[in-house]
Amino acid sequence: MTKTVTGVRTAAAVGAAKLAATFSRRLGLGGGTALPGLMAEAVAPGLASRLVGELGHGCLLVTGTNGKTTTARLVRNIARTAGFWPVHNGAGSNMMRGITAALSEATNAQGRIPQSERRLGVFEVDEATLPEAAEALAPRVIAFTNLFRDQLDRYGEVDSVAALWREALGSLPPAVAVVLNADDPGVAGLADACRGPIVFYGVADTACAVGGLEHAADARWCPTCGQEYVYSAVFYGHVGHWACPACGRSRPTAQVEAVRVEQPAAGPLGVMATTPVGRLELSLPLIGVYNVYNALAAAATAVALGVEAAIIQGGVASFTAAFGRQERFEVRGRDVQTILAKNPAGLNQVLRALVAEPEPKNLLFLLNDDIADGRDVSWIWDVDFEMLAGHTGLLLASGRRAADMALRLKYAGLDPDPVLECNVERALARALTLTRAGGTLYVVPTYTAMLQVRRVLARWGHRPQFWEET
Amino acid sequence: MELGLRLAHLYPKQMNLYGDRGNILCLRRRCAARGIELAVDELEIGEPLDATAYDLVFIGGAQDREQRRVAVDLLTAKGDALRQAVAGGVVVLAVCGGYQLLGRYYRPAEGEDLPGLGIFDAWTEHPGPTAKRFIGNVVVRWQGATLVGFENHGGRTFLGPAARPLARVIAGYGNNGRDGTEGVVQANAFGTYLHGSLLPKNPRFADHLIALALARKYGDGGLPPLDDALEEQAHAEAVRLAVRKPIFV
Repeated sequence: MTKTVTGVRTAAAVGAAKLAATFSRRLGLGGGTALPGLMAEAVAPGLASRLVGELGHGCLLVTGTNGKTTTARLVRNIARTAGFWPVHNGAGSNMMRGITAALSEATNAQGRIPQSERRLGVFEVDEATLPEAAEALAPRVIAFTNLFRDQLDRYGEVDSVAALWREALGSLPPAVAVVLNADDPGVAGLADACRGPIVFYGVADTACAVGGLEHAADARWCPTCGQEYVYSAVFYGHVGHWACPACGRSRPTAQVEAVRVEQPAAGPLGVMATTPVGRLELSLPLIGVYNVYNALAAAATAVALGVEAAIIQGGVASFTAAFGRQERFEVRGRDVQTILAKNPAGLNQVLRALVAEPEPKNLLFLLNDDIADGRDVSWIWDVDFEMLAGHTGLLLASGRRAADMALRLKYAGLDPDPVLECNVERALARALTLTRAGGTLYVVPTYTAMLQVRRVLARWGHRPQFWEET
Repeated sequence: MELGLRLAHLYPKQMNLYGDRGNILCLRRRCAARGIELAVDELEIGEPLDATAYDLVFIGGAQDREQRRVAVDLLTAKGDALRQAVAGGVVVLAVCGGYQLLGRYYRPAEGEDLPGLGIFDAWTEHPGPTAKRFIGNVVVRWQGATLVGFENHGGRTFLGPAARPLARVIAGYGNNGRDGTEGVVQANAFGTYLHGSLLPKNPRFADHLIALALARKYGDGGLPPLDDALEEQAHAEAVRLAVRKPIFV
């Protein structure tokens, strides 16, 4: 009896979720990624735990400040190539409701997940949601990308995120594998809290190192003895080859390691990596060293799942950029490239990639302050915009906090009077007009501004809506 | 005459949580636009402060862990010099965590009290890990005008009889969310919870600090006006955002 009631309730819940998804899309409210999850949870609490139990191969989680969407998407592609049928929260809705929605979406009319023996959950998880997700979803693998300051108004301080993660890791069953970034001391240090197997990944090729720590560096001090870390190489932010001169705590050996990184100006990124399952040669249609780390995190996760080298390589080769992260399209005869940037470490990486090529860039920065962007925009003062000096053609500032962004550009000494247009559609139109035909416009939005850019471009006939992507 | 000012930036590596560097960028640029050279020395833990070498001192905010290390260094390595500098009229700007440490003490959410320098007749207490943090846009009334910023603090600061508030809260929480005060002024030392960064969007306050430092050093704090249209626009938008919208925590 109880079983039947549960079954009926599950069917009702996933039905409600699917209905909500349809309505949300019809009404143009969004991609139908959050509301359905909320509806389903309301009808049948604990739905995510029950549905994840039907996945024949269980699930894995990807979390961290930057790169989780790209990494999770790479893992999904690898999983597909390996023959799994992944359930994936692909539109970046990474709280429990987004995961519940993805699972509901995978069910049939009876509220069951078809072909469950081929199923593997690949879930991107919000940093603060990790403890709840780890408990509810009983993952096989948890992969961590990096830990930087991000939306201090929402997550609190960087230390409190690390403390949350440690607690979650300490209560995992010992069979759960954990994938850690050896080069980020804040992530590598989580090893102390792990009870099961660990796969470390990192970059060995110091040819792509930068001069020194950026302002956005966060993990500067050894948690054991309080000494400042010494770096023999910095790749970005506080990510590099670190060691504590006092207590000897240092970068662990990486099992998945990039021995050569190639970043040709015209792309793609080339990564040669050694792994326990053999050598990998990866090619990615992305820019920036941070994406090398995303590829390594995905490869290390695949290694933890027991996937072989040729499959990992094939999966990465099938990759196209994650929703809104880095996209390229032609609009009115101009090449438009959008690159999402939502915190100092991420934006520094974008800027670094842009100045790697000599010719001046036309840049449109869009700064919003919605909850998903962070209400506090002071983070832009931690970004090293100064490195753009001599590299800019046109500079435009837009979004709800356009004036703050323009002011930052002014005080970086780039332009005393950047073009300022709060309305995103008008800003895009203006930026395109000011970019010569055949030229390139780089659009750098925060998260909700990226959604606006996509909506505007869709209205102009240039984008598929994001829930239609495969 | 060649004008020059010297600023000590205390603990830029530890106390840099909320874009505090923007304050230094702003001071440097606004000085340069008037032909004043602003030299900046970054002083980290263990490095002594020369009480007579500086016209301005800046200290930003940090997480609790870093704040603890800084509190010890302030008391042992820099405290006496900083007290002496303040007594001599040196211009000090202390934001958030720096503001708390220049008061009498800081009682964190957990653990022992951090003794402060007592430069400000003020003390700060965190009501505990479950207490609401004061997070959001702030607008305060200062000298007949407004200051704007963003606040994010768990500690509640209360002022003693020798301290004057820097400003009155129009929207937001300020020192403690109760008495409507924001920040503190004592001699030429200023403490505040406003970041954002504070100075770029509040050019009048930035110039006020520069003028005080110039007046102390050269006897004349006159500053030619700059084109602040963009600064004023960012300021006005911040006022609009804070006042129009309720602040959710």
